[in-house]
Amino acid sequence: MKKVYRLEDLDCANCAAKMERAIAKIDGVQSVSISFMSQRMSIEADESRFEEIMQRAIKACKKVEPDCRILL
Amino acid sequence: MKASSLSRKERKNLIRILVALAMFIVVFAVDKTLVLGSVFEGPAAWVFPFCLYLLIYLLIGYDVLWRAIRNIAHGQVFDENFLMCVATLGAFALAIYRGVSGLEIEGFDEACAVLLFYQVGEFFQSYATGKSRKSISKLMDIRPDYANVMRGDKTERVDPSQVRIGEIIVVNPGEKVPLDGVVVSGVSALDTKALTGESLPRDVETGCEVISGCVNLTSQLEVRVTKEFYDSTVSKILELVENASEQKSKAENFITKFAKYYTPAVVIIALLLAVIPGLITMDWSTWVYRALSFLVVSCPCALVISIPLSFFAGIGAASRYGILIKGSNYLEKFNKANIFVFDKTGTLTKGSFSVMKVSPEADRDEILRLAAIAEQDSGHPIAKSIVQCYGNTPEGGYTLTNEAGMGIKAVRGDDVILCGNEKLMTEHGIPFLKESGLGTVVYVARKGRFVGSILIADEIKPETKEVIGALNGMGCKTVMLTGDNDAIAADVAQKIGVSAYQASLLPQNKVTEVEKLLAAKKEQDVLCFVGDGINDAPVLMRSDIGIAMGGVGSDAAIEASDIVLMRDDLRGISLAKRIAKKTMAIVFQNIIFSIVIKVAILILSAFGITNMWVAVFGDVGVAVLAILNAMRVNSKYEKSENAKK
Repeated sequence: MKKVYRLEDLDCANCAAKMERAIAKIDGVQSVSISFMSQRMSIEADESRFEEIMQRAIKACKKVEPDCRILL
Repeated sequence: MKASSLSRKERKNLIRILVALAMFIVVFAVDKTLVLGSVFEGPAAWVFPFCLYLLIYLLIGYDVLWRAIRNIAHGQVFDENFLMCVATLGAFALAIYRGVSGLEIEGFDEACAVLLFYQVGEFFQSYATGKSRKSISKLMDIRPDYANVMRGDKTERVDPSQVRIGEIIVVNPGEKVPLDGVVVSGVSALDTKALTGESLPRDVETGCEVISGCVNLTSQLEVRVTKEFYDSTVSKILELVENASEQKSKAENFITKFAKYYTPAVVIIALLLAVIPGLITMDWSTWVYRALSFLVVSCPCALVISIPLSFFAGIGAASRYGILIKGSNYLEKFNKANIFVFDKTGTLTKGSFSVMKVSPEADRDEILRLAAIAEQDSGHPIAKSIVQCYGNTPEGGYTLTNEAGMGIKAVRGDDVILCGNEKLMTEHGIPFLKESGLGTVVYVARKGRFVGSILIADEIKPETKEVIGALNGMGCKTVMLTGDNDAIAADVAQKIGVSAYQASLLPQNKVTEVEKLLAAKKEQDVLCFVGDGINDAPVLMRSDIGIAMGGVGSDAAIEASDIVLMRDDLRGISLAKRIAKKTMAIVFQNIIFSIVIKVAILILSAFGITNMWVAVFGDVGVAVLAILNAMRVNSKYEKSENAKK
């Protein structure tokens, strides 16, 4: 399942890249792409575990850049 | 820079920076003239200037410090905030060390200035990115906010997604058309600029199709909705544009990979630089200082920001001219595109028949008048093109009989008009002058005497030759594919100047033909297929880059292609090519520029030739310059190729 989320207060391009790498490592994530310019994240992951994966993705983002929020 | 264009957060930051800057200048000036270190005597004389500078440091850098501490707690060691803090606090520590050990008091100003300039740079960086993001997304501002739908006898203002197919919506002048539909009443002009880049308004009347995203200009229209919102043109385009930045280019991937290794590498070198020569020479303060300068340049932000920004600006610039590019990877690839395969009908030619030649030219009006009389009731495209060319209403009163496979006989009293092919003339024993031009020839005879002939052919678009010429001029190979017979294909190919053509192809053979070309091309060649999006979705998908023309209203084309020319104008291709070229040039400049400056500063500070002031320029100055450079992509482009000559 693929979903697109808006990111708020994503201020640093390098952080976007770091988040992308961190999320890609989460088990069950097939692909993830964070665009610093359009402030969006599109994520493709196992449908059955999507909720759980998103929770872990949010945690991973928090770790890299606590100011940035994923708008669910 | 107008204050009103800043967000509250930015304004607060700006004020903080200005206050800190003013304080810094005052303290710095006083320090240099009076030498603050000598205000008090004794071994603790350094404390006074230290306190003053520390105050400014905390004012300008408390957020950086706070973020650094927080991120360390999260295990983010190579975080730019942290590195900045290490560099500046390290500089403070060195200055204190100098003070305590009785050396000349200096270095406090530098630590403070580095953080101050870092903040100035960050501010510009976020301002410039925000600004460019806004200016580009404004171009794509085609989303309608509401629809006026007629329910019962009054109109309600609802969200476009709540309107169902078949409902009637009212579009007032100045409003955007919210959903695709057909005009049921009203006459108006629509501004399609946001969709197609075309500045001439399009006239619409009852029965015309209208596309969402256009702006109604002159008077009220009532429109019967034919597509739900998520299916309508505006939704499709927005989805496409918003997804465009997902497809990352090789350049972007290179940069993120580079960034991943750059920071740790610089930090490790800095450590080595502090420890090894320090141990050898025992001149700790010099080498630690040089290592700290390293940390200031350790953030790869300039690169990481400016590359996607350049692509974003390129895609934005293209969309302003009605060219939708589905991802920065396609923009990157398109710059290298050197084989262009065109579908003939509807792409290079108008795809509709029109009268190309009437001979003898002197009798043009008479020949067309007679032919129109004979052809007026026929639904055949050739007949229609004759009637259209004639322009007036053909005379009535004739009895029309169809002579199967040959043409039409029109009779009124003793007036007999024959209009048809060669066979018709031969059949009636009329000697005629053969027309040798390529296309369909219609011969006209009256009362047993030959009057003249009309040559009808698919018309070549006016811009075709110019565009093919421009592409050839750029060293590209141009190939035309057509279902027409060889004679017609050869004629068109010669007229427009394509370097190769393939004739007599059935639609399914086009895929095979493109596959042959794909197999024959070299690794670095990029093959583009240009089609009108009707029936050529498989070819569009198969080729390296599929370009669909006249994308407005054709969902299949928008989905199957990688680049969509919203307007049915081939010049979009050479324009897109120029935008791609400029974007890639700027991307390249930014990569080289940032890396060279950073490496140069690293080397110079390793040898102690530069100081932290230069290093901080290397960090934020380069980022700002690279961003400004990236914004050049989004400049104006001349419509025609001639402008360049």
